[in-house]
Amino acid sequence: MEAVTLQDYRTSEKSWWCPGCGDFGVLAALQKTLVKLGIPPHRVAIVAGIGCSGKMGNYINSYNIHVVHGRTLPSALGVKLANRELLVIAAGGDGDGFAIGMNHFVHAVRRNIGVKYIVMDNHIYGLTKGQNSPTSDHGQKVKAAPFGNVESPVRPLSLALTAGATYVAQGFSSNQAQLAQLIEGAIAHPGFAFVNVLSPCVTYNKINTYDFYKETLFDLDADSGYTADRRGDAIAAVLEREELVTGLIYRDPASVSYEEALPGFAKEPLAGRDITIGKSEFRELLAAYR
Amino acid sequence: MSLAWMIGGDQGEGIDATGDVFGRVLSRLGYYIYGYRHFSSRIKGGHTNFTVRIAQEPVLAPQAKVEVLVALTQETIDRNCGLLAKDAPLLADSQLKPVLPAGCPAQLVEMPMTQIAREIGAPVVRNMVAVGASAALFGLPLAAFETYVREKFERKGEGVVGQNLEALRRGRRFVEEARLAGRFALPQPAAGERYLMTGNDSLALGAVAAGCRIMAAYPITPATDIMESLAGLFPRFGGAVCQMEDELAAITLVIGANYAGARAMTATSGPGFSLMQEGIGLASMAEIPAVVVDTQRVGPSTGMPTKNEQSDLMAAVFGGHGEGQRIVLAPGTAAQAFSDGFEAFNLADRYQCPVIVLSDLALAQWLQSVEDLPLDAHVVDRGLLVTQEELDGLTGEFERYSMTEDGISPRALPGMAKGQFLATGVEHAPSGKVSEAPQNRMAQVEKRSRKLEPLRVRPDAIEARRTEDAQVVMVAFGSTVGAVDEAVDALRAEGVRAGRVQVRQVWPIPDVPLAAALSGARSVLVVEQNATGELRQLMRIAGLEDGRYDSLLHFDGTLLGPDAVVAAVQSLTVREEV
Repeated sequence: MEAVTLQDYRTSEKSWWCPGCGDFGVLAALQKTLVKLGIPPHRVAIVAGIGCSGKMGNYINSYNIHVVHGRTLPSALGVKLANRELLVIAAGGDGDGFAIGMNHFVHAVRRNIGVKYIVMDNHIYGLTKGQNSPTSDHGQKVKAAPFGNVESPVRPLSLALTAGATYVAQGFSSNQAQLAQLIEGAIAHPGFAFVNVLSPCVTYNKINTYDFYKETLFDLDADSGYTADRRGDAIAAVLEREELVTGLIYRDPASVSYEEALPGFAKEPLAGRDITIGKSEFRELLAAYR
Repeated sequence: MSLAWMIGGDQGEGIDATGDVFGRVLSRLGYYIYGYRHFSSRIKGGHTNFTVRIAQEPVLAPQAKVEVLVALTQETIDRNCGLLAKDAPLLADSQLKPVLPAGCPAQLVEMPMTQIAREIGAPVVRNMVAVGASAALFGLPLAAFETYVREKFERKGEGVVGQNLEALRRGRRFVEEARLAGRFALPQPAAGERYLMTGNDSLALGAVAAGCRIMAAYPITPATDIMESLAGLFPRFGGAVCQMEDELAAITLVIGANYAGARAMTATSGPGFSLMQEGIGLASMAEIPAVVVDTQRVGPSTGMPTKNEQSDLMAAVFGGHGEGQRIVLAPGTAAQAFSDGFEAFNLADRYQCPVIVLSDLALAQWLQSVEDLPLDAHVVDRGLLVTQEELDGLTGEFERYSMTEDGISPRALPGMAKGQFLATGVEHAPSGKVSEAPQNRMAQVEKRSRKLEPLRVRPDAIEARRTEDAQVVMVAFGSTVGAVDEAVDALRAEGVRAGRVQVRQVWPIPDVPLAAALSGARSVLVVEQNATGELRQLMRIAGLEDGRYDSLLHFDGTLLGPDAVVAAVQSLTVREEV
């Protein structure tokens, strides 16, 4: 097998993202991590949502399925169940994940499905040209809320932690080295791994900018006293800093994935298995209806 | 010969289980059974009843009259005594101090069911006392009932088995002492062993046999049984049932699993089917197989969740935005539900699009006799898949949506080297990459549309019965076929040359075979259980309708019986002669 290179993960598509978009950093960190781990592109399936971040699949030469708005996680679970040898990555934005797809997010967390979920969180609706997102700050003024956002933001990290997430991390798109490390940890984790990435929208969000994050983010990885293995401490840490943290926030070393926990579920991929049923076995099933 | 036995009481009193026992033993004895229920959307309380129709030939519809009624509540008597003929035995629990409504011609037989059960020391065997008594009324030996009771209660221990056996015997003794034994002595049953199952049961077996190994759903009446039976069956085949947070998740899980090469399905009813439309659109656009069962009930909105209707036809064919391709099958019997359940997966893989199996509450939930399920008639066909050798030999990129004559392009499955592609709900070029170019848009729309052309003449798309010399041909889909077939036979017995055409594939509508099957008819009566004549509208779209057409529409939530169909045909005939 030839060594996997960055070239293997690139496509000929020219990017539709705005120059300076945070999503470039996320794409680069993901591609670098996959190359570093030597995973060939045909062993990877990326399930992307709708929005700027949903275009991820156009720029990465893996198997890609670009689904309906908000449904990345159930689709990703389907892909994983069909072929559990694939690395399945769901990718989307804050609208896709925490507005229209919020229901699925919480349930994917509590099921602990073997999917890696990367959210490019820019606190704004970019592709529809600048409406508030569920993570927008209270008071933020946009065209659809000209007098300021009256809603409080969703807190994705604390939400995931209280819903029972077994891997929670937050990266910043300009810190690619750390982000790559967090993605690598997510890939190694058995079960659902949530990596929220603060990924600035340079066109529509004038509040949550690169400079804003550089001034406010606290790096939990650099805090030697923080061990990321106690849920209670993790919740306290993100609440205390209003989620303006980066690094590994929590990891449950005893995590068991949904597909592993399913009774009788095949250890090998369902795709490619012999699916025919023997006559005598069928008779046995029918006998229950005498 | 056809007799009906009904047991009625409050929901939560084991009415359903008792009807199941009675029907199942009669099925084992060789009678054809149709078992149906009246119920409401609540767990305990409220009237419910279960009718077992007993016949010497197949029956798949309710009958108007009831020969024997077992009543566990006064409400059962008040609501149903109108169904009884003169002097028909109405076995009522004496504890009720039952009262026969004025004008009720039945013979009230007070039977101390509760008291007998107490004497046995197990109040729960009350219904079994009624079963023993009913067996005696029909002149049936208890042996088959005793065998069934032993099998059913074996794991609960000898004590429980003994109490139930005692209940059967005490029930029989009561009827013998009341000199009612053999009142409705049944003739010899038809020879042969049969199964007793619902359309939900057989459809689940069809899915297992077709190699479906993933099922995702959200519980909803009357579809939930499919999910429940598969949850029991799948672990032995390495599969899984996922109970999802909603139907949006269920359908998109199914799409993800099919994309990655497994056979996966979902099952729902109207309200869930509405939610699934967005996912069905994605499967059409991205050309991903998906099998969706819609067990129709009364709509729109919550409608009447426990009542029968066939009003999702338009939603199945045209639901959702845009113009996507779907195949819609509508089985009418449990055996057909098995076959269509199996073939739905083959069609989905072959045509790379969603396949909707349109069932309905009556087919899904009511027990019917089944001779056998035709496993040998079906072979797994995964459709056009690219091989690894073909991918290895490619010089450029794999083109998932390549232009082909029949519109079907080979699929690669994730995990195959050099087969990577983007599957997307966005319009795309042959490579899968997003494209908004007008030429490409037209080419892709035409490619997806022409895929389904051959289905217009698919051999199993229609089924004709007694049409050769028929002057009046009824057209029906789904469970309605049961009532129509019985009406055809009744009309023939009266000298009316009637026949029936079942539309088993409602989309693409098989216009050519339908036109041929209806060509000799003087009258065409489209019989459907909805208010707007949805099947007839589809036939009109296909250019089939002409001056011979009429509709019988039944939409009050009750099961359509053969009598109403006979009456409708008789009024047609009269008109024609004028």
